[in-house]
Amino acid sequence: METRDLILIEHFCTNHDIEFSFIDSLQAFGLIEVVVHEDNKYLHQEQLKEVEKMMRMHYDLDINMEGIDVISHLLKRVNSLQDELRITQNKLRLYENED
Amino acid sequence: MEFIDYYKILEIQKTATEADIKAAYRKLARKHHPDLNPNDENAKKKFQQINEANEVLSDPEKRKKYDKYGKDWKHADEFEKANQQQSQSRASSGGQQSYGGGDFSGDFSDFFESMYGSGSGGRTRQTKFRGQDLNAELHLNLMDVYKTQQQTLTINGKNIRLTIPAGVENGQVIKIAGHGTPGTNGGPNGDLYITFTIANHPKFKREGSNLYANIDLDLYTALLGGDLQVDTLDGKVKLKVAPETQSNTKVKLKGKGFPVYKKEGEFGDLYITYNVKLPINLTEKEKELFTELSKLRANGN
Repeated sequence: METRDLILIEHFCTNHDIEFSFIDSLQAFGLIEVVVHEDNKYLHQEQLKEVEKMMRMHYDLDINMEGIDVISHLLKRVNSLQDELRITQNKLRLYENED
Repeated sequence: MEFIDYYKILEIQKTATEADIKAAYRKLARKHHPDLNPNDENAKKKFQQINEANEVLSDPEKRKKYDKYGKDWKHADEFEKANQQQSQSRASSGGQQSYGGGDFSGDFSDFFESMYGSGSGGRTRQTKFRGQDLNAELHLNLMDVYKTQQQTLTINGKNIRLTIPAGVENGQVIKIAGHGTPGTNGGPNGDLYITFTIANHPKFKREGSNLYANIDLDLYTALLGGDLQVDTLDGKVKLKVAPETQSNTKVKLKGKGFPVYKKEGEFGDLYITYNVKLPINLTEKEKELFTELSKLRANGN
């Protein structure tokens, strides 16, 4: 299996000085996907941004796992509402007078 | 430089204890943290201020200096030194004391420093992993995104050759992976997010991949029908106007709209609305003929 786009969780935790159990909890809550290959656990590189965001919530803002779960869902809704707002604003431009 | 009242920013009294400061910081950070307020520039700015205030007030040494020197607290040591020297010279010459001239630019410290790195909080994360994301805005005309094109952008002094796919929408954000700031310790680079601002076209309004245009139709073509040449983004198109066409009639020109994003060769439709223009400045002869015509239709319809 190609591991080029995977980040070894052990390295990630060491670099960020966080406990491995934090990643386990994120996985248990279904917030991230962990790839197991030859007894090593990896994160997808594309997940890094999200994991780091959740890490900041937990360690910098004292938000527990349940809170992160709720916030993640709400942020997804915010993003989809922002997309919807953009589409609506573009529709409004149809009625704007340019001259 | 404007004085920044860190106590006010953290909404605490000057007598606040370390625990008060920590609690106030956590409370405000949870409210304004950029992770929890996506695409909110005000929250980002506010968080920067909160972070700065916390960095200073949560450190007893820095707080002491800030309380004494206010905005110039970062230069407290220099002041102390200058003060000592001047006290000495005053003792010998009786000269006037003046700190003058020190317009120190006490910028807000980079909030990323404490977010991603050098451990201002309780944690001791020292190393960065993934580079920072960058945001840029690109202003284009509608015609610029009618066809897929390449453009070279200069972002943070670096040239980035970018393919702009046809059909990009106003407000759409495109991620250019790996073009943010470099990662550290072998970590991946951050990403570059480009927000497109696309100006309205003077003739065509756009909604998704459909285009809308208004065309003026003279009375006689509207009544009797005829041929008409209309502009599309693709060139001119000949249209047959049906007799007795009413004002506000809509005509759909299939496939003459805007390219569908990331679907090569697929186009939306162009909707044309006819506005029938009545003739003005009628001659006596025309008035006479219209009067005659009106008599043919007693009820006016």
